Amino acid sequence: MSLVDHMPVTGRGRGLALTGAGLAWVAAYVLNEHVWDWLLYGAFGLDPSARVTETVHFFLYDTVKITLLLVLIIFLVTVLRSFMSVERTRALLGGKREGLGNVMAAGLGVVTPFCSCSAVPAFIGFVAAGVPIGVTLSFLIASPMVNEIAIGMLLTLFGVKITALYIGTGLLIAIVAGWLLGRMRVEKWVEPFVFETKLRGQTIDPAAGLTFDDRIAMGVEEVGTILRKIWPYLLVGIGLGAVIHGWVPTEFFTTYAGPGSTFGVLVAVGIGVPLYSNAAGIMPLVQALYEKGLPMGTLLAFMMAVVALSLPEMILLRRVLKPQLLAAYVGVVATGIVAVGYLFNAVLAT
Amino acid sequence: MIIKVLGSGCTNCQNLEKATLEALSGLGLDATVEHVTDPGDIASYGVMRTPALVVDEQVVVSGRVPSSAQVRALLTQASSH
Repeated sequence: MSLVDHMPVTGRGRGLALTGAGLAWVAAYVLNEHVWDWLLYGAFGLDPSARVTETVHFFLYDTVKITLLLVLIIFLVTVLRSFMSVERTRALLGGKREGLGNVMAAGLGVVTPFCSCSAVPAFIGFVAAGVPIGVTLSFLIASPMVNEIAIGMLLTLFGVKITALYIGTGLLIAIVAGWLLGRMRVEKWVEPFVFETKLRGQTIDPAAGLTFDDRIAMGVEEVGTILRKIWPYLLVGIGLGAVIHGWVPTEFFTTYAGPGSTFGVLVAVGIGVPLYSNAAGIMPLVQALYEKGLPMGTLLAFMMAVVALSLPEMILLRRVLKPQLLAAYVGVVATGIVAVGYLFNAVLAT
Repeated sequence: MIIKVLGSGCTNCQNLEKATLEALSGLGLDATVEHVTDPGDIASYGVMRTPALVVDEQVVVSGRVPSSAQVRALLTQASSH
């Protein structure tokens, strides 16, 4: 039995349910800090200045805050993206040349509803429809790297400037990396069966024929699906964030990995590539590290490395890409992320 | 009627299978449910976002998990052809 079957049947009932949910969200967001203050310091009589209490308070407060933000962001993003589909993106990219094609593919990678678990059928589908491999790769790189949930979280936690830099540089990496890989004539490093795949029948567009209610229902479903999937990462991320917030001395990282640090970005990307989490889980950690003086360029490079390059996705892509191309893919993207890290640090420090 | 669930074992594919079986249980159709997990086969249906549902070689749902009521409507429609 899916949640959709429980939704109110009448349009008016749905309108009321949406309004009610919206009000409940605002109330929870506003009351969050006060409730924990009252509970921990009032009802339990804990000492607000004690480090342990402060860490616990930060953890509880941040868990609720991040969860609320995620619910809102995932819902809005899903409803908006229900107007796009991979099929539409492919139709837009069909017949586009490299260059312009890479730019479009990267941009569409951000707005197209897509999960890297579908990377393999999408790769085959694009290539079989005649989209150049470099253009296809631009799409596959941009899609996880410029993550729309990360955009929403960065916007609320760090503001417009950093969010714009993140989107801009993420797109740039996807465009340049895809274009470079396309230039390298990588067709020989793609598993031959990809080119032999014939598309049969007509494709159906999942974005077509949806009612407004369908889209709302998809948004509600997606919030549940994603939260169920990511909550362990989220709690680990917030837990680490709370510990760093409470126990790492202020300006600790400035000493060892400040904006002028030579290896800071390299180390961050080196740690980030094998780490597998998602943008939402990594955000509380990024916030806590930023507070302790780690420069934004290093942090964004770390975040991009975690979300853009992950072992599970590489294992999936290995089914269509030969090891040489997979290595080139990881190499080019990782180099791009490192370059962006240093660039960010230089731009934001001035 | 041959129904195929396309997807490489992700949560959504299992949800789609569940919705399909639920829909079938009330319909009394003569149908077999199969799984397609090979990425090449999935792609050859033109599906680029799993999960997808194929009824008698026609893709009827792609890229989302419909409710069992929606699957029931789709199956009823397909069987009347």
